[in-house]
Amino acid sequence: MAFLSYRNVRVAGMSVGVPKHKICNLDAADISKDYDAASFIEVTGVKERRIGELTVSDLAIPAANQLLDELGWEKPSVDGLVVVTQHGDYIVPATSCIIQERLGLSKECMAMDISLGCSGWVYGLSSLVGMMSSGNLRRCLLICGDARRRVEFNDPLFGFAATVTALEYKEGAENICFHLGTDGSGYDAIIIPDGGARNQITPSSFIPQEIDGREYTPLQSRMKGMDVFSFGITTAPKSVKKLAEHFGFDYTSYDYLVLHQANMKMNAMIAKKLKFLPEKVPSSMWNFGNTSSASIPLTIATQLRECCTQGLVRLLCCGFGVGLSWGTVALEVENIIIPDLIEIEE
Amino acid sequence: MELKEFIENFAAQFDDTDASEIKAETVFKELDEWSSLIALSVIAMADEEYEVTLKGDDIRNASTVEDLFNTVKSKA
Repeated sequence: MAFLSYRNVRVAGMSVGVPKHKICNLDAADISKDYDAASFIEVTGVKERRIGELTVSDLAIPAANQLLDELGWEKPSVDGLVVVTQHGDYIVPATSCIIQERLGLSKECMAMDISLGCSGWVYGLSSLVGMMSSGNLRRCLLICGDARRRVEFNDPLFGFAATVTALEYKEGAENICFHLGTDGSGYDAIIIPDGGARNQITPSSFIPQEIDGREYTPLQSRMKGMDVFSFGITTAPKSVKKLAEHFGFDYTSYDYLVLHQANMKMNAMIAKKLKFLPEKVPSSMWNFGNTSSASIPLTIATQLRECCTQGLVRLLCCGFGVGLSWGTVALEVENIIIPDLIEIEE
Repeated sequence: MELKEFIENFAAQFDDTDASEIKAETVFKELDEWSSLIALSVIAMADEEYEVTLKGDDIRNASTVEDLFNTVKSKA
């Protein structure tokens, strides 16, 4: 069982980089053959999204520079960098190596990628916090996000974003507790079928197939929406309850439940099952869509900015999706630095 | 669980389709309003009302509303 708890590490700040270019799903005439844009927005909660000819590193670097600047952290003081993405700049090498160089971090900085999506911020946080809690790494950056360049820009659910979470070693910092889980039997619930070692690229990789009224080639991410929905509404509440039970706390006492921004209907169901009032479950889907591993920090940085920068806030965060993979974290943030949203031009 | 109540719960997921159009023998995927989005509402309804987790295949393999009722009943 993967229950983890680490102390002596605090979140120092968070920043978000998104493309400046916005598109509105109401303007899209071709959302699906099965349903219209208004119905789509009503169920998913996704009205606007940010997209563009930008990669994860293009989005992350301005966001990281701004955050380091506002924190007053010199670049050579960053000891570690973890990048969580499934749409990196290249298939090989790791995007973390690209970012280490482009950001100007030290060659003594450890850097690695983690290939996860919706659960990725929780997993990335657990990995870095675990490595830092002994005090050997003092300052680290966790970068999470996807820029789905391979998918048609009219795919209505997903938006591009990269988030930076700055972590620092601080003796006496409160415990951060995690529950992590996996069910690989659902590996094909969200999948890019071709282009990896299993199914190499062939001419048929470029032929579109119809899924839920929309066309996707086997080189583009597709989703079994109904299965992912069932998975989310059952697994996410269980993970939160397991975490609370294992560590012996009352999860309803937390200030906010920050869920992966999957779709509005799914998140409303999860919140209801956990008896969280809607005002304690912030959402960023309306303006940014589903932003994969960026969605939890993006929601904190855009929707809870005021309280997180001006006091102590107890957060319960749950990510769930592609893998299938899920994770819940309970943490406190206090007076953290959150720069203005960084909008990046192409 | 009752078939009549299940049909009412099922019909409540539609906005534009009159409840009187939905009967036990209705082939629901042929309804104009049926879509993958309504399917999510039906999965949510089964979870809320019956504490049953329906998967994509359960929806795909059902033809009539009664077929789906039987699936939910067998899982309840």
